[in-house]
Amino acid sequence: MTINVSMQVNGKAASVNVEERTLLVTVLREELRLTGTHVGCDTAQCGACTVHMNGKAVKSCSMLAMQAEGAQILTIEGVAHADGSLHPMQAAFKEHHGLQCGFCTPGMVMNAIDLVQGRPNITEEEIRHGLEGNLCRCTGYHNIVKSIAAGAKAMASAK
Amino acid sequence: MYAFTYHRPASAADAAALALKHTDGKILAGGQSLVQAMKLRLASPSDIIDLGTAKDLVGISQKGNQITIGAMTRHAAVEQSAEVKQLIPALADLAGGIGDRQVRHMGTLGGALANNDPAACYPAAVLGLGATIQTNKRTIAADDFFKGLYETALESSEIITAVTFPAAKRAAYIKFKNPASRFALVGVFVAQMDQGVRLAVTGAASCVFRVPEMEKALGAAFTPESIAKIHVSADDLNSDLHAAADYRAHLITVMAKRAVSKALGQ
Repeated sequence: MTINVSMQVNGKAASVNVEERTLLVTVLREELRLTGTHVGCDTAQCGACTVHMNGKAVKSCSMLAMQAEGAQILTIEGVAHADGSLHPMQAAFKEHHGLQCGFCTPGMVMNAIDLVQGRPNITEEEIRHGLEGNLCRCTGYHNIVKSIAAGAKAMASAK
Repeated sequence: MYAFTYHRPASAADAAALALKHTDGKILAGGQSLVQAMKLRLASPSDIIDLGTAKDLVGISQKGNQITIGAMTRHAAVEQSAEVKQLIPALADLAGGIGDRQVRHMGTLGGALANNDPAACYPAAVLGLGATIQTNKRTIAADDFFKGLYETALESSEIITAVTFPAAKRAAYIKFKNPASRFALVGVFVAQMDQGVRLAVTGAASCVFRVPEMEKALGAAFTPESIAKIHVSADDLNSDLHAAADYRAHLITVMAKRAVSKALGQ
């Protein structure tokens, strides 16, 4: 049976009819064609599917779309500025070589933006703990941590 | 995932009525275990009763020396709560170590207890502090709640509404993490209460359990040394690819000593 689910995705109203068992990530990727959110492990380990729900990082492969009814969802497609220039965290990943193959990057960036909110001086240790739910199979953690530290400062000064 | 019918009750009472009607249904809290189990087809409920909109199940309140946490309160909210950090810092610390931060934004106290995963963290705090579980029907003491592997005292249509934790004089939780899942290979929660010391172990056996011999020794002298020679038998402990039973037995004493040191601020 299909059921309606309505949410705000990247600031725009989205309303789709889906099977009740549909995951949030499936709605984002297959219904709304926002394929920047990735499915890596599909078992809640890797964090490639991380999006924001009402401002908080969550794993979109580990929740039903119905659990996001009425919520504000932000995906990687929604973080850049309207003129196309990069979000400070995206710019920091580019500047500090925070990605290799790029598969984990959308999840890393989404988690990072939430993690550093209001914490411009977040420490390396705090960043590493904050990344427990995101895996990089290229093992590029060192530059990811550097990028996030720089992104935290850039986000604070951009305000 | 197999198909199911989705329900969105507005309150715990409505959810209980739905659970009574759909006996092959499941209550959905944060979904961090249930949704994964359904994806793997380990669970195939006919109906999903989503507590996400039951507003009467969320919140943290302090009354004297006790803190009551609504069943649908997320781990991250407990981790960051000023009241919890002030009155029972060990509980905030435990909540902040569950899974990862994305999981903590969704996972709930009630869901974790109703699921009673043998390696979950929350059961150790609930049993270790001697908390009280409130349901839509009755009040259950922690000592009577955890029954076995994924098994609790809850009846089929019974829903946890809140948990009340008493403050401890001193308390701490330490877990030896499985590095991939961050579940406890062995986790120990120790609490020095007015009535004596309580010590609960998670991750080691089919279900969280207390260690009376350690509690007695710590009651006499609350130091890591007093339990250094107390060993839990490996007979009923879990053996799996992560750790053999005798290794888990060894870890219990090590983690218990570290928990006592942590409670003492060492």
